Amino acid sequence: MGSSVESSMECKLKSESGFDLLELSGEVDLQFSPRLREKILGSLKTGNPLLIDMAKVSYIDSSGIASLVEGFQTAKSSKLAYGLLNISSTALQVLTLTRLDKIFNLYSSPEQFKQQL
Amino acid sequence: MSDASQTNNAISIRDLVVDYGPRRILSDVSLDIPMGQIMVIMGQSGAGKTTLLRCMLGLKKPASGSVNILGTDIVTASRHDINRIRKQMGVAFQGGALFSSMSVAENIQLALREHTNLDEKTIEIMTRIKLDMVNMLAAEHLMPSELSGGMTKRAALARAIIMDPKLLFFDEPSAGLDPSTAAELDQLIITLKNTMRMTIIVVTHELDSIFKIADHIAVVSAGRILETGTPQQITSSSNPEIQGMLNRKPRETIVDTDAHLRRLVGG
Repeated sequence: MGSSVESSMECKLKSESGFDLLELSGEVDLQFSPRLREKILGSLKTGNPLLIDMAKVSYIDSSGIASLVEGFQTAKSSKLAYGLLNISSTALQVLTLTRLDKIFNLYSSPEQFKQQL
Repeated sequence: MSDASQTNNAISIRDLVVDYGPRRILSDVSLDIPMGQIMVIMGQSGAGKTTLLRCMLGLKKPASGSVNILGTDIVTASRHDINRIRKQMGVAFQGGALFSSMSVAENIQLALREHTNLDEKTIEIMTRIKLDMVNMLAAEHLMPSELSGGMTKRAALARAIIMDPKLLFFDEPSAGLDPSTAAELDQLIITLKNTMRMTIIVVTHELDSIFKIADHIAVVSAGRILETGTPQQITSSSNPEIQGMLNRKPRETIVDTDAHLRRLVGG
């Protein structure tokens, strides 16, 4: 019997000055996107702006994108800044396919995000 | 012998033999489908393309041979393992196969509701993302009976990709579509491969589509693989039957006179 490679995702929430930084790494798929959703919505409940660092995300599926979209909508309703940092070209391709690259605020450094606050 | 667990192949088929009653439909078929690429299975009607597809989906048990998918031989696998593999497959059937009593959105969401515990909001957003990908967002609430042929195919594709499958099977994607809609669908298939890491298996005899989308082509005739290769290799094949297909020539009929007379006259 063959073996399948298990995917994994790491998700660390850090408090920076004036905003929360959520560091994501690995593969965000159906198995892990509920945890991402929980982290994003939990962070936004505290009333802090949220920046999601996606530099180490090797893959994100549509359930992960859906969590990012729901977070964006929640942040917008609460008038909180919300952005994606260092998005990889793979993840950007998925966003572009769904035209979400035009909707999300994309940043290349935390300083750039701080300037928007 | 290679199999899908040891190589970079998503699917490895070896020595596949399929019978329907006394009729042999596939004979000693072996085929490797590389991960992350588009494999087009082409051939004339009745060649055995759909039977090969059904074997890869685990819908037809072969008389012998193996069908190794993502590291598991689904011919000998337990029902549990076959179900696990099937969750990584998406299938867009030729006629759409949408449930007529459900809206487009409900059809698309069905697998997520059956196989995941995702939050309702996530399911709604995922559905709309997939509808947007196939340019069908405005048709979310329509019923299948209200869709055109092209819309039905796109809705079927949205349903096939809702779980972000590793393997996407597409049966005759452009059949019955006007050239412009067929070209859009071809482009979408290429985009899905490039962005969603999908290995895509397309069964078709539409030549225009084949050479637009294929990374590899397997030519099936009379239940056997005639040749496999890149589009360039297939185009330059010296096999007269393949050249006949590419030049849209009718199949040369080899008649066994006695057998044919017996069929017509009896006795």
